[in-house]
Amino acid sequence: MNLTYSEEQKMLKESVERFIADAYVGRDGAPAFDAAMWKQFADLGWLSLLAPEGAGGLGAGAVESGIVMEAFGRGLVGEPFMTSVVLCGDLIASLGTPAQQEHLLGKLGAGELKFGFAHEESRRFAPLPVACKATRAGAGWRLDGAKPFALDAAEADVILVVARLAGDAASRQGLGVFLVPRDARGLKVETFPRLGGGSGARLKLEGVELGADARLGDDAADALDRAEDKATAALCCEALGVMQAVLEKTVEYAKTRVQFERPLAANQVVRHRLADMAIACEEARSLSLRACLLADADAPARMRAVSGAKTKIARHARFVAEQAVQLHGGMGVTEELDIGRYLKRIVAFEALFGDSGFHLARRAAAETLVA
Amino acid sequence: MDFQFTESERAFQKEVRDFLDANLKPELRRAHSLTPSVFDDPATTRPWQKILNAKGWVAPAWPSEYGGCGFSPAERWIFATEFARAGAPNLSPMGLQMVGPVIMKFGTPEQKAYYLPRILSGDDYWCQGYSEPGSGSDLASLKTRARREGDHYIVNGSKIWTTHAHHANMMFALLRTSDEGRKQDGISFVLIDMKSPGISIRPILTIGGDHEVNQVFFDDVRVPVSNRIGEEGKGWTYGKYLLEFERGGGVASARMRAMLRECEEIARRTGTLTEDLARRIADVDIDIDSMETTELRVMSALSSGQNPGAVSSLIKLRMSEIHQAVTRVGVDALGLDALVVEPRRPFYALNEPTLLTEDELVVTPEYLNGRAFTIFGGTSEVQRDIIAKAMLGL
Ligand SMILES: Cc1cc2nc3c(=O)[nH]c(=O)nc-3n(C[C@H](O)[C@H](O)[C@H](O)COP(=O)(O)OP(=O)(O)OC[C@H]3O[C@@H](n4cnc5c(N)ncnc54)[C@H](O)[C@@H]3O)c2cc1C
Repeated sequence: MNLTYSEEQKMLKESVERFIADAYVGRDGAPAFDAAMWKQFADLGWLSLLAPEGAGGLGAGAVESGIVMEAFGRGLVGEPFMTSVVLCGDLIASLGTPAQQEHLLGKLGAGELKFGFAHEESRRFAPLPVACKATRAGAGWRLDGAKPFALDAAEADVILVVARLAGDAASRQGLGVFLVPRDARGLKVETFPRLGGGSGARLKLEGVELGADARLGDDAADALDRAEDKATAALCCEALGVMQAVLEKTVEYAKTRVQFERPLAANQVVRHRLADMAIACEEARSLSLRACLLADADAPARMRAVSGAKTKIARHARFVAEQAVQLHGGMGVTEELDIGRYLKRIVAFEALFGDSGFHLARRAAAETLVA
Repeated sequence: MDFQFTESERAFQKEVRDFLDANLKPELRRAHSLTPSVFDDPATTRPWQKILNAKGWVAPAWPSEYGGCGFSPAERWIFATEFARAGAPNLSPMGLQMVGPVIMKFGTPEQKAYYLPRILSGDDYWCQGYSEPGSGSDLASLKTRARREGDHYIVNGSKIWTTHAHHANMMFALLRTSDEGRKQDGISFVLIDMKSPGISIRPILTIGGDHEVNQVFFDDVRVPVSNRIGEEGKGWTYGKYLLEFERGGGVASARMRAMLRECEEIARRTGTLTEDLARRIADVDIDIDSMETTELRVMSALSSGQNPGAVSSLIKLRMSEIHQAVTRVGVDALGLDALVVEPRRPFYALNEPTLLTEDELVVTPEYLNGRAFTIFGGTSEVQRDIIAKAMLGL
């Protein structure tokens, strides 16, 4: 047992943090996609970091993706690393044929293909129901349905769409993942900026015809659970980066802002608040690391760790971000500082892949799986 | 003591309802419901104020001698509750709730005769010049200076967070007229014409994406000494008196209740009303019950125009927390759609279809802008200090 970073992990951490500090920290405006940045991510090897070595990747795991995501949280990175690399990359690696892996992950790693993701169909995240239908059409496939909240589809070249081949909408069996080109006929994409960064889209699929090789693997429910757990673990690390950044900014502000002839931090209530924020950050660090370490474990252990992390970090992150705003006073609620942008990122974090209510229930259900 | 309405109070309730049915035009109601910032735009409040002024219903809290409505406490409560339920715009409080009571109490007969009717009619639109970049919680440290030169003050410095300075033609300001003695004793309460040469305004965007607050700069601005309220150097006393009206003494619970019902409605419609969320809604609803009863207790004990005292800090503090809890319920009721950003403003002027329905459009910006509620009008930390001092003698 050893919970310190290896030499390689330390190097990765240093290089990502340095890059983010130079290229992102202090940038103005809403975090949005920047093609030149994406190209640099590719050159730095981050887009092939997680792909299996057999598919030309570096074969790194959730701890490494967590290192990257934590730095991306601090920098409020708007590029779809989580969606494209962590989530879709994992689905391709676990469901794709060796040929699909080599082709798709190779292009992903080179920055030549970006993926969007469309799964849930209800307002709150839930893996089921899925009603979007996949039917045979000649040698290929035909998709019909709607996805109200597709991730990062605006910039994507290909969207991974979860659709149903068999069973009723609530059934875990009969789900498939399909590669749908962004410009496919019959696909309507209405995009919107996503709170906190990145983009979202409403998808309508009306008779979208796809080739025989458009389906990734077979029954997809287990692979989806695993990939979404990895994405959630990565987002927990991103939230940690956000929390740590606003904590540091708030501590600094409390030391320098003077009211009543003394710094804010001279008031005990402010110091205690900052101490509580620091405790929340430490807990978030432990829980997000735990989620990463168990991201490849069997379902019950993985679900316990990931849902446990999401439940608590969602609450802690909101506390930290809202109090960071509060302690900045009027400055905190303006676009003049980035504190508000961090808060928005946290509001988004809470809702993506299930809010704390969803994950607390999922964690409770995972207990019975263990027993 | 009686929690039931009398016959005549019920008749009054009907009169208010009938009036709202007949006069609150759908466009005004829509504009109000589509405004995610703290205050409604003047484009919304001005026409509504005209209608209310014609009926004599602009200032329910003012004594009748100054053009108030002469309502009993119960009538004031009914009035505010019906307005909230109907979704009527909130009139700008800076004149009616803030500087109005100060002019009534400390103004000269000439100032009363000139300004009070113009507040009622809406001819003057006021903004509040208290906070400065270096003086927020520690307001008494303010530095914007008014130097005496004959019959004029020459004003230099800067105010910040000035809500609707870009709409206002008048500002009431706390200015430093002396450096002698305690810092509180060198402050004067002065009315400034916003059209005066030397005033410039810089917009500041809030995190919900709205332009509501500003920074205002004064560069040798000449203000007649006759625009001072009361005595020179007594501004701190008048300014604090005003803050009691800003913080409490109204009926805010009815608005909170109406907002909470809207969030519940969204949750029911979109299928996000889990047992978990239903319980949280009930929990906030109980807080509103408590606040409503507190407001009724305070209002029953006050005659119109009277200042509420230290309890105003308690009301302000809890109301701001309740507001934040309500807006948070809204975000959770929207689920993932809370992340759909519509950057265009104002919402009520958008004529194309949007990705969210109209009642959903305001939810996330209201949550984000709502973080300001525990900051403006004195932060929660400051209110707790006041409660400890004024209510507990600590
Ligand atoms: C949307 C909005 C509208 C506003 N409208 C107006 C307006 O129209 N006119 C106007 O004059 N002002 C307005 N304000 C300003 C508002 O009154 C100030 O923001 C507020 O008084 C706090 O001051 P500050 O922002 O300088 O924060 P600071 O005073 O710097 O406080 C920063 C943080 O430190 C805490 N703190 C400070 N001192 C202490 C202490 N002694 N003990 C414990 N904690 C402490 C505060 O509670 C806060 O959390 C508005 C503000 C906002 C956000």
